[in-house]
Amino acid sequence: MSAIATAAPVVGQSTADESAAVRLAVKDLSFYYGDFKGLKNINLDFLDRQVTALIGPSGCGKSTLLRTFNRIYSLYPEQRAEGQILLDGRNILDPSIDLNELRARVGMVFQKPTPFPMSIYDNIAFGIRLYERLGKADLDNRVEEALRKGALWDEVKDKLKQSGMGLSGGQQQRLCIARTVAQRPEVILFDEPTSALDPISTGRIEELIEQLRTEFTIAIVTHNMQQAARISQFTAFMYLGELIEFGPTNRLFMNPSKRQTQDYITGRFG
Amino acid sequence: MVALSENVAVAARPQVARRAAPSPVGDRLFRGAALASALLVLLVLAGILASIAYGGWPAFQTFGPGFLVSGAWNVGREEYGALVAIIGTLASAVLALVIGVPISLGVAIYLTQLCPGWARRPVAMTIELLAAVPSIIYGMWGLFVFAPLFARFVQIPVSNLVEGMPIVGTLFYAQVPSGVGVLTAGIILAIMIVPFVASITRDMLDQIPTVLRESAYGIGCTTWEVVRHVLIPQASVSIIGAIMLGLGRALGETMAVTFVIGNANRLSASIFDPGSTIASRIANEFNEADGLQLNALMALGCILFIVTFIVLIIARLLVRRAKVA
Amino acid sequence: MNASPAAVAGPTPTAPARPAPAEWGRVRASRRSADKVLIVACTLATILGAIVLGSILLMLIIEGVRGFSPALFTQVTPGPGSEGGGIANAILGSLVMTALGIVVATPVGVLAGTYLAEYGRTSPLANLIRFLNDILLSAPSILIGLFVYTLMVRPMGGYSGWAGGVALAIIATPVIVRTTEDMLRLVPGTLREAGAALGAPLSIVIRSVTWRAAQSGIVTGVLLALARIAGETAPLLFTALNNNSWFSPNLMGGVANLPVMIYQFALSPYENWRQLAWAGALLITVTILGLSIVARLVLSGPKGR
Repeated sequence: MSAIATAAPVVGQSTADESAAVRLAVKDLSFYYGDFKGLKNINLDFLDRQVTALIGPSGCGKSTLLRTFNRIYSLYPEQRAEGQILLDGRNILDPSIDLNELRARVGMVFQKPTPFPMSIYDNIAFGIRLYERLGKADLDNRVEEALRKGALWDEVKDKLKQSGMGLSGGQQQRLCIARTVAQRPEVILFDEPTSALDPISTGRIEELIEQLRTEFTIAIVTHNMQQAARISQFTAFMYLGELIEFGPTNRLFMNPSKRQTQDYITGRFG
Repeated sequence: MVALSENVAVAARPQVARRAAPSPVGDRLFRGAALASALLVLLVLAGILASIAYGGWPAFQTFGPGFLVSGAWNVGREEYGALVAIIGTLASAVLALVIGVPISLGVAIYLTQLCPGWARRPVAMTIELLAAVPSIIYGMWGLFVFAPLFARFVQIPVSNLVEGMPIVGTLFYAQVPSGVGVLTAGIILAIMIVPFVASITRDMLDQIPTVLRESAYGIGCTTWEVVRHVLIPQASVSIIGAIMLGLGRALGETMAVTFVIGNANRLSASIFDPGSTIASRIANEFNEADGLQLNALMALGCILFIVTFIVLIIARLLVRRAKVA
Repeated sequence: MNASPAAVAGPTPTAPARPAPAEWGRVRASRRSADKVLIVACTLATILGAIVLGSILLMLIIEGVRGFSPALFTQVTPGPGSEGGGIANAILGSLVMTALGIVVATPVGVLAGTYLAEYGRTSPLANLIRFLNDILLSAPSILIGLFVYTLMVRPMGGYSGWAGGVALAIIATPVIVRTTEDMLRLVPGTLREAGAALGAPLSIVIRSVTWRAAQSGIVTGVLLALARIAGETAPLLFTALNNNSWFSPNLMGGVANLPVMIYQFALSPYENWRQLAWAGALLITVTILGLSIVARLVLSGPKGR
């Protein structure tokens, strides 16, 4: 066991609050790519204002799981989900759910920064305008608030009219986070948000996620176990489409109860 | 002879005999042939411009710059001007863009965003086959199928409706509602440019990274909003290039237009009335023309060359090797 | 670690109370209807394209099939106002000139495409040629007719099948240049390096390795060029013109061909001529659409796109 203790990443200081309310409840979820079953009967709760990390080797289904929470998979007709995902008690897999609105409630930040082909200001304002009719002053305030929450305001406040494509990679990713935050979602999904970034930009994004946790429920897929340990309160380990183990991050890393989890976090496979 | 002696010299050295097989002369010859073929492309383009300018020169000399703004075209009195044909060319091409571009974008959006996976290939093939149909067949379709329907269901009712009204009463009034005219030509041209513009636009939309599209959906956009605010702006430069390519085609298209434009030599304020384009006039008159008329037709060709050349240069700069058109 | 103080504290009893989530149903009706309009409009645009293609084919079949008879393929085009006849001379003339065009265009186009992809690459000259080739690809074909008229018909003293063939070659070449270059560029560089590593000079590597690897793509280019020139009318109008009899074996004088025959006969007042024009139109369209389909199947054959 001592081998695990040395090999396992250092766990972040923030502790899990297991008494937090359940925000997103996954019940008996299975997912299919055509005939291939990508997720097998997943049951998992995401707690309010906690960061939950999804880890596991490539192809384990962690991104697939994340992509069910805003049903972005619905863009592809051959993909479908079975079971239930309750967002504040409401099943978002129900056909009557308005997908556009669901995605405004469950924001998503992708692997690569994806600024829209418009100004920095409009990148933020675009999403707000979709769902709210605000006056110029109110909108300006919301854009500033979002850029501040995205830790980008000081860097871009003098060039709001410039294209978002002109920013650096790390800034673009923070722009995308600000864009998501601006819509005041209930849940924010991060799909390997730092995999395309350098270590310094990665550090800033990780700080940002820690701050956002005070307001939003966060789920993050990451390849990087150290990152999971640093920024999450809960961790779910997945393998071959199944949820192997779920629990507070420090417990999962220090004292995994399943053999596969232990092998993975000590680097024996993955 | 020099090459031959080099060969012999190499072969004379026994220790390097294996080098004799791949001869450096053959290598240079092949390279030379490739370069010569490539240069031929330059030569042909230069030749086209030179020959047309040469043929048209007497007309430019006789009529001066007035050739561009004169509406005359009188074989008997040897008076020629390009205005009617230029206006007809521009009017039909602009109408083609106005009608064809929205349809092209619609087709491209359908193919990339809306079409179910199994139908993509057959639908794309159908649109691409539209590009393969020879222009003379479009001409026949336009004259024998489209024009009668157009006369009956559009020209006559619209003419009756607008008769006597200011402006629209002129613009949309057919003196002889036969179905042929500038607007008919514009519509047929629109159909002809759709497959080109649509297929380049489709390629450009396909090249946009999936993750950008997903992130637009990810903030709650509807398909329309994703297309309108994210995908089209992202590909806008190339799409404008594709439209310019379509414009180049519409300007120079000959046979289909010759069938349906009515080939009138006078200027009319109504887009329902017959007109003519540079290309249709050349096609109609060239074989019976001689003397100054031939020069005037060549001069028209020269104007067409310059205009399409400029449009195509802009298009190619914008599209940058989009696709085999 | 680099966690901020706020995060380190974790959720505490003083954390702000969670704001109640907004009510569902915030998607404005106008957004929904705009989306529906887009979907309907794009679908209609595509259906429109299919309808046009369908109605063109239907028109050709209805009008053209009646004219099909053995005589169509054995007899020459009749004189004005006379009965009977066929389009054998026009079919053969089209075949000869198209073949001439493709035979001239294929070596020139393949070599030029090879120069651009293998020798010139990104040199200023190659970039210029590539650019102008793309322009030539879309240049109005009637201007090419005028060029060949000045280049050949005038000096040679009359219309000829040679002039027609050259005009078609000029139209076909840029298509072949472009596809050849594109296809050669798809060949992985490692293949060339492997050839060169054996000590083969570049010309031999190109001929025996690179060309072979790009074979199906180059064939596709040639087929597409063939489909393109088979239906070209405007450039033949001033070069080969037309003729209601068999053309002379030396191809001098007017040479009958399908596109110009269709153009002249379709607009004529004679019922018999119009019938022949429809039959020719059906024949040529089916051939060209068939060629286009085959060209695409060659490309997407064994290896996929």
